[in-house]
Amino acid sequence: MIEVNELTKRYGGTTAVDHLSFTVRPGHVTGFLGPNGAGKSTTLRLVLGLNDPTGGSVTIDGRRFRDRPRGLRHVGALLDAHEVHGGRSALAHLTVLARSNRIPRRRVDEVLEEVGLAGARRRRIGGFSLGMRQRLGIAGALLGDPPVLLFDEPLNGLDPEGVKWLRGLFHRLAAEGRTVLVSSHLMSEMENTADQLVVIGRGRLIAAESLTEFAARGTRPTVTVRTPDPAALTALLTGAGAAVRQDTDSLTVTGMDADRIGELALRHGVLLRQLTTRTASLEEAFMELTADSVEYLAGESR
Amino acid sequence: MTTTPDKAAAAAAAPATEMATATAAAKADVAHVTEPRARFRDLVAAEWIKLWSLRSNTWAFVIGALAVIGFNVGSAWDTYRYWTAQDARSRAGFVRDGIPLSIAFTANAAMILMLALSAIGATAIVGEYRTGMIRTTFTAVPARRSVMAAKVCVVTAVTTVFGAVVAAASFGLTQAVLSGRHIGVPIDHPGALRVIVASALLAPVSALLGMALGTLIRHSAATMTANVVILLLLPLVFSADRHWAALVDHALPTGAWIRLVDVDQQAVAYPWTLTGAWTVYALWALAAAAVAVTSVQRRDQ
Repeated sequence: MIEVNELTKRYGGTTAVDHLSFTVRPGHVTGFLGPNGAGKSTTLRLVLGLNDPTGGSVTIDGRRFRDRPRGLRHVGALLDAHEVHGGRSALAHLTVLARSNRIPRRRVDEVLEEVGLAGARRRRIGGFSLGMRQRLGIAGALLGDPPVLLFDEPLNGLDPEGVKWLRGLFHRLAAEGRTVLVSSHLMSEMENTADQLVVIGRGRLIAAESLTEFAARGTRPTVTVRTPDPAALTALLTGAGAAVRQDTDSLTVTGMDADRIGELALRHGVLLRQLTTRTASLEEAFMELTADSVEYLAGESR
Repeated sequence: MTTTPDKAAAAAAAPATEMATATAAAKADVAHVTEPRARFRDLVAAEWIKLWSLRSNTWAFVIGALAVIGFNVGSAWDTYRYWTAQDARSRAGFVRDGIPLSIAFTANAAMILMLALSAIGATAIVGEYRTGMIRTTFTAVPARRSVMAAKVCVVTAVTTVFGAVVAAASFGLTQAVLSGRHIGVPIDHPGALRVIVASALLAPVSALLGMALGTLIRHSAATMTANVVILLLLPLVFSADRHWAALVDHALPTGAWIRLVDVDQQAVAYPWTLTGAWTVYALWALAAAAVAVTSVQRRDQ
């Protein structure tokens, strides 16, 4: 369990993380979402004690992570797949990490096998593709078999097969009762990965809830209607309380469902050529919410 | 935990409920972390693997050793080649003036040793900052000072052995060459051991200085510049013929080395003791180690 409480980080005049509070629970894959520059990576560094907060606190399983003498058995983290020395082999890199935490050598072979790098174990990391580096970083996170795992943009650079494998791994880790936090700036990546969401914008919390709740939040169904007589239909629908926007060759109706629109058109003899309900995608819900937060913050004086 | 990607993908495709049942037993274990006691020697071992798993380090040591020994043997060879005196008296005078020992480890060789070793020491930490590896390191071991202390131990041990090998080899080879003209000295010659030890210890002192500066500065080029300023430039600026400048010169590692290998006690304006020079060595090493260990604690990584 990760508990973030009023966490704040300022660099000079800019506030990267602003009174952020949320809890990441075990047994779930929690997506950590925000547009670029929202403060996701800074937050993860604060969680891991790499950077000290200006205010607030964060604990992992009840303790400040920095107070632990060794970390790998408590938290596995992949912050940036490039944060390894390119001159070492995959085997040497993982052996260094394992040795520092008194983890047996055979565990290195196990995780290399698990992430599919066993064949490349003696190759220099400098020659690895981004996807291979991501796999190496994931191997490092798994080394200590930890109850809490953090991944910063882990899907970057993975091929579709890799993405599918990694989603499966996240689900398995969560099903085993572990706390899994996965950051991303793309909602579409989270759609089939996470079941809980923490969404931030400009360092502030926008939402912390389940994926279903979040989807419902931003959804405003609209109905697209095409008719040879848009003026008559517009008058009819607005008269009945709907909002209508005239596009080039269609009308976009909000505040009324397709059934009711069809009923009204039939009763008044207006010909309909198309009647389509569109629900906002998760991506749109995300864009809408983060855009709101940006405007809201920009207009604020603090 | 030996699933291949394919198997893992297949497992992910299985219904979630099935997976939950299958792993329900594992749940209880996950929350409870059993951990062996943290040992400092594991960190030392990890730093040892870190050092030797980079081929560039091995090459740096090999090339540094060859360059230093090469310069010394080259000086000895020059002396051998152009030795013209035939009488025993000039040979005795040559030995009495301590010249065989000044050839055993020349100032040029010391300069190369200082530059090479300060670079190696700096790379041990700057390499981690340059690549971002430092964050991986400190996430695996949140006890930052312990990591740095382990790094200091490994760098000190390796560079001390390196210095000892290079200084001993230089002494042996140069005196063997000079023996061809009967002007070499044995290891029990007065001051010979001091020249070897002082030159050997110049290696860890330089490496620790490089590491301390690297920890503070975190950038390769700027760290190397700072190394050159302290080891080469300052000794040139503070010449030993004014009192205050001599004091500064004596407080520098380079000045201490010059004092320690100065076997025949040439007349200088402001003489100082051997103990003083050894103390300067020790203080630089200790201060550098302390800076490297403590300065990581409060700064963001």
